[in-house]
Amino acid sequence: MPIVLTNQGAVQEKKAAAKAGTTCYHCGEVCPDESILLDDKYFCCEGCRMVYEVLNANDLTDFYRLGPNPGTSLRAGRREQYAWLDDEGIASRLVDFENDKIAKVTFYLPNIHCASCIWLLENLYKLDSGVMASKVNFLKKEAYITYDKASLSLRKVAELLAIIGYAPAIHFGSLEEPRQQAPVDRRFYYQLGVAGFAFGNIMLLSFPEYLGLAEAGYQTWFGYLNLLLALPVVVYSGRGYLQSAWYGLRNGVLGIDLPISLGMLTLFLRSAYEIIAGAGSGYLDSLAGLVFFLLIGKWFQQRTYHRLSFERDYKSYFPVAATIRKNGEEKSIALNKLKVGDTVIIKNQELIPADGLLIRGTGNIDYSFVTGEAEPVAKRAGDQLFAGGRQMGDTLELQLTREVSQSYLTQLWNDEVFTKETAAGASEFANMVGKYFTGVVLVIALVTLFYWLPKDMGLAINAFTAVLIIACPCAAALSVPFTLGNSLTLLAGKGMYIKNTQVIENLVKIDTIVFDKTGTITDGHSARISYEGDPLSEAEEAAVRSVAYHSSHPVSQKIALLLSDHPLTEVTGFAEVTGTGVSGEVGGMKVAIGKSEKGGAQLTVNGRERGRFLLRNRFRAGLEELIAGWRQHFSMLILSGDDDREKSKLQGLFAEAEMHFRQSPKDKLDFIKQRQAEGRRVMMIGDGLNDAGALKQSNVGLVISENTNNFTPACDAILDARQFTYLPQLMTFIKWSMRMVYGAYLLALGYNIAGMSFAVQGVLSPVVAAILMPLSSLTIVLFGIGSTRMLAGRYLTKITPPRDDSHLTGE
Amino acid sequence: MKIIFFLIILSLLIALGFLAAFIWAVRSGQYDDDYTPSVRILFDDKKTDSE
Repeated sequence: MPIVLTNQGAVQEKKAAAKAGTTCYHCGEVCPDESILLDDKYFCCEGCRMVYEVLNANDLTDFYRLGPNPGTSLRAGRREQYAWLDDEGIASRLVDFENDKIAKVTFYLPNIHCASCIWLLENLYKLDSGVMASKVNFLKKEAYITYDKASLSLRKVAELLAIIGYAPAIHFGSLEEPRQQAPVDRRFYYQLGVAGFAFGNIMLLSFPEYLGLAEAGYQTWFGYLNLLLALPVVVYSGRGYLQSAWYGLRNGVLGIDLPISLGMLTLFLRSAYEIIAGAGSGYLDSLAGLVFFLLIGKWFQQRTYHRLSFERDYKSYFPVAATIRKNGEEKSIALNKLKVGDTVIIKNQELIPADGLLIRGTGNIDYSFVTGEAEPVAKRAGDQLFAGGRQMGDTLELQLTREVSQSYLTQLWNDEVFTKETAAGASEFANMVGKYFTGVVLVIALVTLFYWLPKDMGLAINAFTAVLIIACPCAAALSVPFTLGNSLTLLAGKGMYIKNTQVIENLVKIDTIVFDKTGTITDGHSARISYEGDPLSEAEEAAVRSVAYHSSHPVSQKIALLLSDHPLTEVTGFAEVTGTGVSGEVGGMKVAIGKSEKGGAQLTVNGRERGRFLLRNRFRAGLEELIAGWRQHFSMLILSGDDDREKSKLQGLFAEAEMHFRQSPKDKLDFIKQRQAEGRRVMMIGDGLNDAGALKQSNVGLVISENTNNFTPACDAILDARQFTYLPQLMTFIKWSMRMVYGAYLLALGYNIAGMSFAVQGVLSPVVAAILMPLSSLTIVLFGIGSTRMLAGRYLTKITPPRDDSHLTGE
Repeated sequence: MKIIFFLIILSLLIALGFLAAFIWAVRSGQYDDDYTPSVRILFDDKKTDSE
């Protein structure tokens, strides 16, 4: 089943809107009034109406029949500027293929969310004949577009997409990273295909041997055919294991790949000897089966969550280009070409690319993603601005004091924790077992060899190779992929997305948990709003609600919601100044809601200041139970970038010494390092870019994400914020999953001991090997999947999965 | 019983044909996106009459 992650907020809004009355025909959001009407259809904003007009004019209204209100709201109103796509240097980096006539490009379109989207985007040629072909990959939210260079440019294609509501997201990182190469992934399918092909045929050709029907003439002929079929299995399909074992051996690491490779090679060489010498038919069926099963396990373990990435850094958050003023002229420049001293122009909703001094304009900067702080910060000319904030208001001019990669926030990524390669690959536990296992097996094999050697040379060699074959820990090697792989799938269904099975092994060893505050344990987006000041009359409250209702600003929306039990009345002279506030007149009452110097929103009625609306962060539901439950298992700490304003609220949950405030991104990283130096195994739970260093340094970095479609910093696991309450159950499930792996190892060991008792006596026949090997593998696979399913029944059934609003997957 | 040799070779050739078909399918990108085609197939080619 595909994993579909979408913004829950949007669904609730749509549902609420459906009850409230008029909804937009295009996007389904509630219309502020009924003023925008076309063909008997209401629209919430001019943007939505325009899309409808464009589609209508081009005979594309089928878009609206594939699902109800399939569009994306354009009310937020930020129309991306793509002027910088005309820059040859930037464009050539983004284009996949180009010749004199055509060009192909891949765009990431975050707004793709339903079947209608696929339909519309694949019919793009009807909108503009310059588009020659377009194809959508729904899960990756990507569109592959081929266009005619004579009539379209990269910029025009991007703008065309933006007009119909699918603005491509192009980030700074896309200029540097090489385009994802699919063939790397495909190679695995070839290996699996070859192994499966050889396995099936070798089994068929071995049947006469199993059934005792083999006749001398055919047996050698079948033997040689088998050998021919088994050759690609070892040198092509099993190559990964041989390489990894050889690499480990050279570096003095004995992993589980070593006994596997040893078993594989012994199987092949001994079988080849038996066949060529005419002494028997070998164990090639077991060999092919072994490799095939191992690859299936690998395939099962490979989990890709299409829309999630565990590797992002600030580069996938920052834009590609910035506007600078040079010699009185404005022009776009690639972000990595910005220099100290450049004058950068930042318009409403744009991101500050690097640290600099504000030289013109009034800053109203939203650092929520960097620090987690929900309220925008006011800045005046002469103030220092830090990279990563988003301007909400006037156009600013900024003189850069640092380059992009050297800024306060971004220099975090210069820390060695981001540059050193982490050893990827095989399971730590499996490798530890493999180390001892290999030793024990080699000792047993050698003892067997020397025991039989004086008595019977042939039997000694037989028994020696048989021990190596039967001891091949294929069953053990399958246990982690199947048991933990299945756990990953089950967890993903409940909104917890874990990078790989190694993370589960690390999770069970955690003894210290470090929380970020804002956005992690507090719910940044549903901050509670309250009113402080002179009491308001019924009429006044109704007037305030009506004015606030017309603004799409999040604070206004919250005020309107707070007063939602009052009726909506007609507003005249409504005005909204971005970054300042809203005003309007209701029944002779002049209402103004604006930004307050003291924080929050100032309410002025008829020119008199009445009070303020204050935003207060709320702790996530279930936090108290979670902390109380984990107390006895973990040591827990708070690491916040904020000042200690909210300390008093946390005092009931955390001790004084457990709370650390005013931590810079680098401080957080160092804090984790220090704990690890004390021998602690730390899990960091965070959300923003300022936690990125700590998340990377910690043994397990868990990101709480409000909207999994959005940017998440590099980490090991992502938890859907709505599932925060269930974290204890999820952790218990993970702990038990790991215990099941230990159980599976015991089972595998039992099989190995049973097989070994035959092998040391030199009586292991191919038939026994052929039966024992797949049987043990199958047991482990069934045990792994069955046990995790049972655990899920016990710990996960009560958890409601995060819902999505995708029209494709339904409810 | 010489026919056995012929039959075995024939069956292997057929199996090889299937392997080649599989490799072709992977190479042509059919395994890159295993979701969108299932939606795409449901779109009508011709526009149906509007209500």
